[in-house]
Amino acid sequence: MTILSVDKDTEALTLTFVAEYAADVDRVWQVWEDPRQLERWWGPPTWPATFTTHELSVGSRSSYYMTGPDGTKAGGWWLITAVDAPTRLEFDDGFADDDGTPDDSIEPVHAIVSLESVDGKTRMTTLSQFVSLEQLEKLVEMGMQEGMTLAMGQIDAILAA
Amino acid sequence: MVVHELTESEIDRIFQALADATRRDIVSRVLVVGQSVTALSEHYDMSFAAVQKHVTVLERALLVTKERRGREQLVHSRIDTISRAQALLTAFEQIWAQRARRIDDILAEDP
Repeated sequence: MTILSVDKDTEALTLTFVAEYAADVDRVWQVWEDPRQLERWWGPPTWPATFTTHELSVGSRSSYYMTGPDGTKAGGWWLITAVDAPTRLEFDDGFADDDGTPDDSIEPVHAIVSLESVDGKTRMTTLSQFVSLEQLEKLVEMGMQEGMTLAMGQIDAILAA
Repeated sequence: MVVHELTESEIDRIFQALADATRRDIVSRVLVVGQSVTALSEHYDMSFAAVQKHVTVLERALLVTKERRGREQLVHSRIDTISRAQALLTAFEQIWAQRARRIDDILAEDP
């Protein structure tokens, strides 16, 4: 796998992440489509995800929870808004309570995934669209609790500012 | 980060403040949301007073500011909006970099 580019737009509040895999498009689509594969990479190893509902069709709602080292559960949901298998997927990704009820106090993140075949490899682009700085702060704060530690790269960003 | 040009002594103070691993860690923790010195000291194997000292060094370097809330003093970042957005998006970049690596591990299992 090669990370081809990362683009952070501080005005539009988007993050565009492009990676290339030595596998065909159908195979990479499976890691998004198959809940058993998806849950192996969506959450960090210390907070693995379990998808209880997951189907890639427009209007379908996926439910998942991540389990922390002490057994704490953090819920989440996806609402699938566009699908063109096996090359395009769009969904809203939000938080939920322990019992799976969507938590509306944090706006969902809109994600656009596209898979493209390039010279026998697959280029995967994920675009995350955030709504506001406040939403981003809350998300990172929750991510910190879930073991997605802030990188020291942030210090470089501060010094470069 | 600041509204005026930094003087040389201010730049020195910033670099000295960030030369210490604990202080860098404090800066990254309060970047997202203000935290009390008590909450911060839970992360380190040192006394409350020692953490308080680190915060004072960061305060003198204009990297953080303290705000009294009830009995507690909350430590906030003084990094401006664009830098905050940059830092928060960098946190998400890390999340995606880790996810991309885990996808690669799954694909690598294919015969």
